[in-house]
Amino acid sequence: MISLTRTPSLRSRCEGAIKMALFAAAALSIVTTLAIIGSLTFETIDFFGDVGVGEYLFGTKWAPTFADASFGVLPLIWGTLYVSLIALAVAVPLGLLCAIYLAEYAPNRVRKVVKPVLELLAGVPTIVFGYFALTFFTPEVLQGLFGLHVDVYNALAAGIVMGLLVLPTIASVAEDAMSAVPASLREGAFGLGASKLQVAIRIVFPAALSGIVAALILGASRAVGETVLVLVAGGQGPSMSVDPGGSHQTMAAFIASIAGGDLPTGSIEYKTLFTVGFTLFAMTLLLNVVSIRLVRKYRQVYE
Amino acid sequence: MTGAQMAAAARRQTTVIPRRSAGAAISDIVFRLMMYGAVGLAFVGLGAIIYDFAGDGLPFVDSSFLTRFPSRVIPERSGIQSAIVGTIYLMFICAVLVVPLGIMTAVYLEEYADRDRWQHRLVEVNIQNLAAVPSIVYGILGLAFIVRGPIGMGPVLLAGGITLSLLVLPVVIIVAREAIRAVPPSIREGSLALGATQWQTIWRQVLPGSIAGIATGVILALSRAIGETAPLLVVGAAVSPRFNPNGLDSAFTALPVQIVKWTQDSEQAFVQRAAGAIVVLMALLLIMNSIAIWLRNRYEQKW
Repeated sequence: MISLTRTPSLRSRCEGAIKMALFAAAALSIVTTLAIIGSLTFETIDFFGDVGVGEYLFGTKWAPTFADASFGVLPLIWGTLYVSLIALAVAVPLGLLCAIYLAEYAPNRVRKVVKPVLELLAGVPTIVFGYFALTFFTPEVLQGLFGLHVDVYNALAAGIVMGLLVLPTIASVAEDAMSAVPASLREGAFGLGASKLQVAIRIVFPAALSGIVAALILGASRAVGETVLVLVAGGQGPSMSVDPGGSHQTMAAFIASIAGGDLPTGSIEYKTLFTVGFTLFAMTLLLNVVSIRLVRKYRQVYE
Repeated sequence: MTGAQMAAAARRQTTVIPRRSAGAAISDIVFRLMMYGAVGLAFVGLGAIIYDFAGDGLPFVDSSFLTRFPSRVIPERSGIQSAIVGTIYLMFICAVLVVPLGIMTAVYLEEYADRDRWQHRLVEVNIQNLAAVPSIVYGILGLAFIVRGPIGMGPVLLAGGITLSLLVLPVVIIVAREAIRAVPPSIREGSLALGATQWQTIWRQVLPGSIAGIATGVILALSRAIGETAPLLVVGAAVSPRFNPNGLDSAFTALPVQIVKWTQDSEQAFVQRAAGAIVVLMALLLIMNSIAIWLRNRYEQKW
C-alpha cells in the first residue's frame, strides 16, 4: 500500500515535466510562423520607408538592381499568375480526370500501379522538372514537335511542365475527397438507374466539391510558390507581355536569383527580397487558409 | 393477344424506363478515353523526364565524376564529391533535429492536447499552413534569422540544415500524427487499466505500435529535404566548392544546388554534368523511397 501512495507523486511530477517538454515542441511550430512573419515584416516596413507603397504595388517596371532603379512589382505578379495559370490549365483537367479514374473507375490492380507512379512523380525534385523543361520540353517538344517560335527561356514550357509537377497534388487530394463520399450515395444513384458516368459526374463530384476545390487551391498555391523550375526554364526577365513564348520572371524566381549573390544587409536590393517574399507569402497564405477550411468542411460532413 | 401485340406492349412499357441511349454510351466511352489519356499523359511525362536526364547524364556518371570536386572551367575534370558529402551532412542534421521534434509534437497533439480548446485548433491550422508555405519563404527565414540577424551564424552547413529541418518538420508531424492515430484506443485503455501512467502507455504501447508509420514519414520527409533547392540558394550555399564541409560551421553545397548552377551554365558540357548529378540524386531518392516502402510493408501493424 505504501508504494501505491508514494510513487504517484513522483510519477505525476515526471508526467508533468514530460507534458511540458512535449508542449514546448508543439509550440515551436507557432514560433516558426511568428519568425517567418517577423522576418518578412521588418524589412518590408523598412523597404516602404524608401519606396512608396503605390509605386511598388502599381508600378509596371521591375528593375531593382539597375542604376536607374524601378520598383513596380506588377511584372513579377503578372509573371507569377501567368505561369501558374498555364500550369493549372494543364494540371486541373488532367489531375481531376486522374482523381475520378482512381476513385470511381480503376480496378484495384490498376490503382496499385497508377498511385505509386503519381507518388513517384510527386517525389521528383523540382529542379529535375526545371532541367527537363529547359533541355527537353522547349527544344524537342515546343520547338521541334510543334514548331513553335519560342525563346530558350519561356513561360509556356515552364508553365506546362509545372502543370505536370502540380498534377499529383491535385489528383491525390481530389481523390481523397471523392473516396470520402459514402457508398450509399452511389448505391442510391445506381438504384435509380444512373450510369457510372452519371454517378461520377452528377453525384460524387458535387458531393466532394469542397474537397475538390481545396485540391485546386492547394495546387495553385504550389504553382505560385514554385521557384527553381521557373528560375531555370522561365527566364529572368520580368515582363508584362502576354506572349507565352517569351521570358517571364515570377516572384519566387526573382528572390532565388537575387539571393544568390552577396547582398549587403540593409541595401535596397536586400530589402526587395523580403518585400517580394512578403507579397508571395501573403498570396499563398490566403490560398492555404481557404483550402484548409474547405478540407475541414468536407471532413465534417461525411466522417 | 398475339405475339406481335405482346411485343409492342412490352416495347411501350420499356420506354417508360429510360434506356441507355447511344449518346450516353458514346459519352461514357469518350469520358473513359479522356481518363485513360490523363493517366497516360502523367505516365508519359514521368517517362520523358527520366529518359531526358538518364540519356543525358548516365554517360558521365563514373567513379571520377563521383569523387572529383566541381571545376569552374574544365567540365571534363568536374565532379560532385562536395555536393554528395554536403547533401549527406544536411540529411543527418535534418534527421537529428526533425525526428525528436516531429514525434514530440505529434504525441502532444494526439495524446495530450485538448481538442476542443482554441489553442489546439490554432496549432493544428498553423502546422497545416506551414506545410504549404513555399519553400523559398523558409529560405528567407533562414537568411534573416539564422544566417544573419539574431543568430547570425553565416551561410554555413548548420544554417542550411536548420532551414531544411524547419521546412520538412510539418510533414513529419502530419505523418507521425496519422501513425499514432492508427493505434486503436483499446490498446491505450488496456495499458492504463493495468496501472501504467499516460507516458508509460505512450512510450511502451503507442510509440512501438506506430514506429513503422513514423519511420516511413521521416524517410519521405528527408527525401523531400535533399531534393530542395530554393531555400539553400537563398541561405547562400557555396558555388562549386572544391572542398568538403569539415564541420557544422563550414561553407557547403548540395546536389540540387550544384545541379541548378550547372543547368544555368552557358557551356553545354556543364549542362550535361547537371544531368549526371540528377542521375545520382534520383538514385539516392530511389534508395530512400525503397527503404520507406519496405519498412511500411514489413513492419506495418494491422490491429
